[in-house]
Amino acid sequence: MGTDNLQGAASGRPGGTAATMPADRFSMRTRRLLWVWGFLAIPILFYAIIRFYPTFQAFYLSMTNWDLVRPAKFVGFANYIKLFKDPQFWKVFRNTFTYLIIGTPLSLVIAFTVAFFLDRVRFMHNFIRALYFLPYLTTAAAMAWVWRWFYQPPPIGVINDVLAIVGIPQQPFIRSTDQALFSVMVTAIWAGLGFQVIIFMAGLRAIPTTFYEAARIDGLGEWAILRKITLPLLKPTTVFLVVFSSIAFLRIFDQVYNMTTNDPGGPLGSTKPLVLMIYQTAFGSYAMGYAAAQTVVLFTILLIVSLLQLWILREKK
Amino acid sequence: MRKSVLLAGLVAGFSTFAFNAAQAVEIEYWQYVFDTRVKAMDQLITDFQTKNPDITVKQVTFPYADYQTRVIAANMSGNGPDVMQLFYGWLDKFAAGGILQPLPADAFPHEKIEKEFFPIVSAMKRDGNYYGLPTAVRSLALFYNKKLFTEAGLDPSKPPQTLDEFVAAAEKIAKHDAAGNVTVAGSTLDMTGQDHQWWREVLVRQFGGEPYTDNDTKVTYNSEAGAQALKFYTSLQTEKKIGAAGFMDEGQAAFRAGKAGMTIDGTFRLGAFSTIKDFEWGVTELPANKDGLRSNYASYFANGIGAKTTGEELEASKKFLTYLTSPEAMAIWLKVVGELPALRSAALTDANLKDPIYGPFLKGLEYAHTTMFKDELGQRQNAIDMTNRVLLEGQSPEDSVKQAAEAEQEMIDAAKP
Repeated sequence: MGTDNLQGAASGRPGGTAATMPADRFSMRTRRLLWVWGFLAIPILFYAIIRFYPTFQAFYLSMTNWDLVRPAKFVGFANYIKLFKDPQFWKVFRNTFTYLIIGTPLSLVIAFTVAFFLDRVRFMHNFIRALYFLPYLTTAAAMAWVWRWFYQPPPIGVINDVLAIVGIPQQPFIRSTDQALFSVMVTAIWAGLGFQVIIFMAGLRAIPTTFYEAARIDGLGEWAILRKITLPLLKPTTVFLVVFSSIAFLRIFDQVYNMTTNDPGGPLGSTKPLVLMIYQTAFGSYAMGYAAAQTVVLFTILLIVSLLQLWILREKK
Repeated sequence: MRKSVLLAGLVAGFSTFAFNAAQAVEIEYWQYVFDTRVKAMDQLITDFQTKNPDITVKQVTFPYADYQTRVIAANMSGNGPDVMQLFYGWLDKFAAGGILQPLPADAFPHEKIEKEFFPIVSAMKRDGNYYGLPTAVRSLALFYNKKLFTEAGLDPSKPPQTLDEFVAAAEKIAKHDAAGNVTVAGSTLDMTGQDHQWWREVLVRQFGGEPYTDNDTKVTYNSEAGAQALKFYTSLQTEKKIGAAGFMDEGQAAFRAGKAGMTIDGTFRLGAFSTIKDFEWGVTELPANKDGLRSNYASYFANGIGAKTTGEELEASKKFLTYLTSPEAMAIWLKVVGELPALRSAALTDANLKDPIYGPFLKGLEYAHTTMFKDELGQRQNAIDMTNRVLLEGQSPEDSVKQAAEAEQEMIDAAKP
């Protein structure tokens, strides 16, 4: 064992002497490959057991009626048929995509605007940047509760108090089927803003200043500089943030759950995202098979969205 | 047994540590995290261990949201608790999953259970076997703020006894700002609290209906009575404006803060309300209807023995469960948690019945109903949605009740094995 390892190590090194007894059967290249795969096998095995096996298990579970306590029975596509017929699912589906389609661009536009101007601020620059980053470091649950109290109706809601002072009628916010989703979305955007601002600023700093100097000498206006230089050169950063924030919005849970604990995803399911529906189906109703089917659907959506974004990335090269 | 004691005695001469290890049977007790319950159980365990020095009980707790999953997962891996607490509504699932064993009839004879406990323990019986027994039971009552009663010109020693009086008192207490927002609620309206139980088991009956039949497997509140009950409940907010859903975030928070004249809540809230210092509060029975009909919702957490517990641990578990269902354990539980003793003899004492706080809850127990939930969270959510459809979307109570009844029936049918 010991000698084998030594030989292997030696032969793995370029130019190592590879001429000892049984290992002769393999060429140096093969042996090196064996070593590489030998080491890679550990994380691959780990990944296969911890990640891939449960994933495939979920596919199988989604075809059963497993309820955690009784043995699972194969039911074919019954769970999927039930899911696609369930109006609740389509509502949740719509909610999830509303979070994604409105949340992602909105958060990126705000983050870019902040980063763009913050980049030019010299006065207390680091302090302001730290302030923007602070929410990102705070626990989502704690923040969600603070916002939940902000949104309260009179007499305790801060936002409604402010509205009253400026003479705007009070809003129900998270007590309304129309406003609740957007109220939660604001919290989520605010929470992720600091991270996006930092990444955007790093991207902005990476653009060589010579480009700007040349453009100014040529007499380009600020707007043209932004459109022709800053935004195109910032594309890799933007694509990264789009992927990152899309996945975050598709998997939104903490904010929704904590802001609506008494009526999770409510009122009337108007804020409920897919992940919360999965959680409730699995750990509220203990319909594990049905929950697995929902998970497979979420997995498919995430896969499609990610592949789509990878494709956009590739096209850029 | 005697041999092991002898041996342990010998070893004890050398090491007290070894003595403990050799002799004590350790059993695990599981419940969910709720401050007063955990404290009460600590006291009970200490007391039990003093009386049974050969048994050690280890208390393990989990957050409520995880509790059922933990029990089920632990059972599958064979590391389940020896004695565990479970909500009566989970029994179908727990019994079907082979998590509990029937209570051994030698230690817990049926005639004794049926004679001594409140009749609601029948919810723990399946196929002729009892699967658990409660230490305490809980019922609902109307809490009222005496300070707000006095300020509104009401007599704080005469809380409302009928629904009409309840509405009248609430209307007097309620205050609104210029824009019509509630600033002080006459009564809390919080379907996410206990109001869904009030609606289901009390209001529906008081308006002449019945929420379920056939052992709670058939939903029957889709009736004139059900619609009337929902109309009454929602009109408290929409017409009489005695409160608003979501006022101060939660009903109990509003009452605690002295911003609500009345609230319907359970015995389990006594511990939390006992720390209120700003005002005096009282408790009275849930209001009756015009004909004097009263109803209540009672529930309880029972203690059962794990299916995989055998031998020495089973004997120790039987002893522990016997202790948990003894009058002295119930007295400690009542004092620390505020929940009512499950034994009639321990509950219906003169002192308890005359107690201004426990009295109304105990009276409620006599005419209480216990809903046999199939999917507790789902059925609760269904009632919340039913009310919200009327309050937020303007659906008529008739349609909303019909929709809720259909959805709930589907849920109950789906839970059938």
